[in-house]
Amino acid sequence: MHPSTLVLRRSARSLSGPAFVRWGLIGAAVLLLGVFLIVPLVAVFTFAFQKGWEAYVSALTHPTALAAMRLTLLAAAIAVPFNLVFGLAASWLIARFQFRGRSLLMTLIDLPFSVSPVIAGLIFVLLFGRQGWLGPWLLDHDVRVIFAVPGIVLATVFVTFPFVAREVLPVMEAQGSDEEEAALTLGASGWRTFLVVTLPKVKWGVLYGVILCNARAMGEFGAVSVVSGHVRGVTTTLPLHAEILYNEYDLAGAFAVASLLTLLALVTLVVKKFVEWRSQPS
Amino acid sequence: MSIVVEQLARRFNRGGSPAVSRVSFQAPEGAITSLLGPSGAGKSTLLRLIAGLEIPDEGRVLIDGVDSTQMPVQQRGVGVVFQSYALFKHLTVRQNVAFGLEVRRVPKAEREARVEEMLRMVQLEHLGGRYPGQLSGGQRQRVAFARALAIRPRVLLLDEPFGALDTRVREELREWLHALHERTRLTTLLVTHDQQEALEISQHVVVLSEGCVAQAGSPADIYDRPASPFVASFIGGASVLRGHVQAGRAAMGALSVTAPAAAREGEPVHAFVRPHDIKLAKAFAGAASASTTTGRVERLKPVGGYVKVFLRLPSGDEVTVEVPRSEFDALGVAEGDSVRADVRSATVFVGDYSI
Repeated sequence: MHPSTLVLRRSARSLSGPAFVRWGLIGAAVLLLGVFLIVPLVAVFTFAFQKGWEAYVSALTHPTALAAMRLTLLAAAIAVPFNLVFGLAASWLIARFQFRGRSLLMTLIDLPFSVSPVIAGLIFVLLFGRQGWLGPWLLDHDVRVIFAVPGIVLATVFVTFPFVAREVLPVMEAQGSDEEEAALTLGASGWRTFLVVTLPKVKWGVLYGVILCNARAMGEFGAVSVVSGHVRGVTTTLPLHAEILYNEYDLAGAFAVASLLTLLALVTLVVKKFVEWRSQPS
Repeated sequence: MSIVVEQLARRFNRGGSPAVSRVSFQAPEGAITSLLGPSGAGKSTLLRLIAGLEIPDEGRVLIDGVDSTQMPVQQRGVGVVFQSYALFKHLTVRQNVAFGLEVRRVPKAEREARVEEMLRMVQLEHLGGRYPGQLSGGQRQRVAFARALAIRPRVLLLDEPFGALDTRVREELREWLHALHERTRLTTLLVTHDQQEALEISQHVVVLSEGCVAQAGSPADIYDRPASPFVASFIGGASVLRGHVQAGRAAMGALSVTAPAAAREGEPVHAFVRPHDIKLAKAFAGAASASTTTGRVERLKPVGGYVKVFLRLPSGDEVTVEVPRSEFDALGVAEGDSVRADVRSATVFVGDYSI
C-alpha cells in the first residue's frame, strides 16, 4: 500500500465518531433513500404492470398516448435547440463583455427558476388568452395560442430557459479568453473562433445543459397544465396524459405512462453521469 | 517593418487613471524592443493596442509605416505570444501550428511543409502529435512561438512570454529567443517586468511608468544614464542617499559626490548608488577622501556567488552593497562591524520628488 493511503486511512478513522453514531447516520440515510426514492420507483413499475404486459403495451399504444408522446417530443424538439442557441449566446455575452444591464440579464435568465411554473403558465394565459392583452388581436387573425400547441411550446421554452446558460456560463468564465485572442491574431474570424476554439472548450458544459434542459422540457407539468386546456390527444403532453388517466381511475394506464417518464429520468441520469465523467480534466 | 506608436491613450474606467496615457515610441526595424516597467505600468495594454486586441481612445499605431489603428486584428499580420501560452488544448501541437495557415487557406502541401519547418525551428519535431497538456511549460511556449511565426508575421509581439516559467527554463528560452532573432531578424516587441531580460536580449528599451514613457534608449543608456529618479531606482536595485548641494558637490553628511553642473547651492539632492558601485574596506584603512564614509554593517545575506551587505551610514540612510564571495572572505567583516565605504559612482538628481 502506498504510504499516503495509509496516512489517509488513519486520519479518516481518527476523524470519525463512535460506532453507534456512524451506523445511526448511515441507517437514517439508507432509510430515507429507500422510502423516498427506491419504494416509489418500484411502485411505479409495479402499478404499471399490475394488469400484465399486454395492458401495459396497449396503454402506451393508445392513440391519445401516442399523440401525447408526439407532442412531448415536439415541445422538447423546439425548446431544446432554442434554449441551446440562446444559452450559448447569453453566456458568451455575459462571460466576455462588460456592458450596461449585464447583471440584469443574468437575473432575467434565472427568472424561470424563481417563478412558480403555474404562475408562468398563467402569465401566458394573461398575455395570449381570450381576455389577455394580445387575445383580441390573435382572435382577429385566427391564431390560437392558449389551449393549443403553441402555448405548450411557449410554456416549455419558458421553464427550460435557464438550463443551458446556467451550465455554460461558469465554464466560459473559468476559461478566460486568451485562446480566442490568439485565434484572432492568427487571422481567424469571430465566427470561426467561436466554432473552432470556444465551442470545443465548453462542449461538455453545453451537453450537460442540453440534457437537463431536455429532461425538464419533457417532464414539465405545472406551466404546461395551465396553458393546455387538457384537450385529449391534442394538447396533452405525457405528464398531462398520465394525470388524466389517473383522474379517470385508470391506474395501470397512468402508471404505464409514468413508467415511460421514469425511464426517461433514469436514462437522463446515466447520460448526465457519463458526461460528467468525460468532462473531468484528464 | 518598424512599429511606431504616436500619442496612444487608453482608459478603462471612466474617470479612473488611464492605463496608457499619450505614449509615443518607436520599435526599430529588425530589433528586439523591450517594454519594461513594474506591474500596472501599462505595458501589456500597450502591446494589446498594437496587436489590435484593444482599441485606443486616442493616438495612432503604424506598422511598417502604415496606419493600422483602425485595422482589425486579423489583418494586422502580427504574431502574438501570451504569458499563458493560449494554446488550443483540444488540438495537437501540429494542428496548433497549422491553425493560422488553415485560416489563410494555405495549400495542404505547403502548409504541412511549413508546420514541419516551424517544429524543427523550435526543436519539437518529435512532439507534433502530442496535445499541449502533455508538454512542459517551456515546450508549450515554444509551440506558441511556432504557431505565431508560422503565419510569417510582419512583427512579433511577446507579452511576458517567459513569465510563467521557472528560472532555469526562462534563461534557456531567453538564449533561444536571442538565437532565433539573430536568424529571423523579425521586428520584436517584448513586454517584461524583468530588467535582466530586457537588458540582456533587447537592442532598444522603453521604460514605462504609470502609463507613460519614462525613458527610451539602448540598454546601456538606460543602465548608465537613467533620465529620471524613477528609472534610476527601478533599474539596477540602487540605494538612495539624501543630501544637499554644498560647495558645488552633492553632500550627504560627511560623504560627497560630484553634483550636476546646474545644481544651485542648498538644493536637495538624491544620489542613486548601485550595489556594486560601492567598494568596502576595513575601517580606517587607507586614506579617506570626499567620496568615502564609514558605515555600520546591519545585516549580511549570502546569495550564492556574492554577499549582500546592508550598511547604515552616519546620515541614517541605508545602502545595499554586493560583494563577491572571495572579496568578502578577504574582507572579513561581521554584523555590527564598522567598515569604510568608497562610493565609486552615483547618479545624482537635484530637486524634491517622491519616488
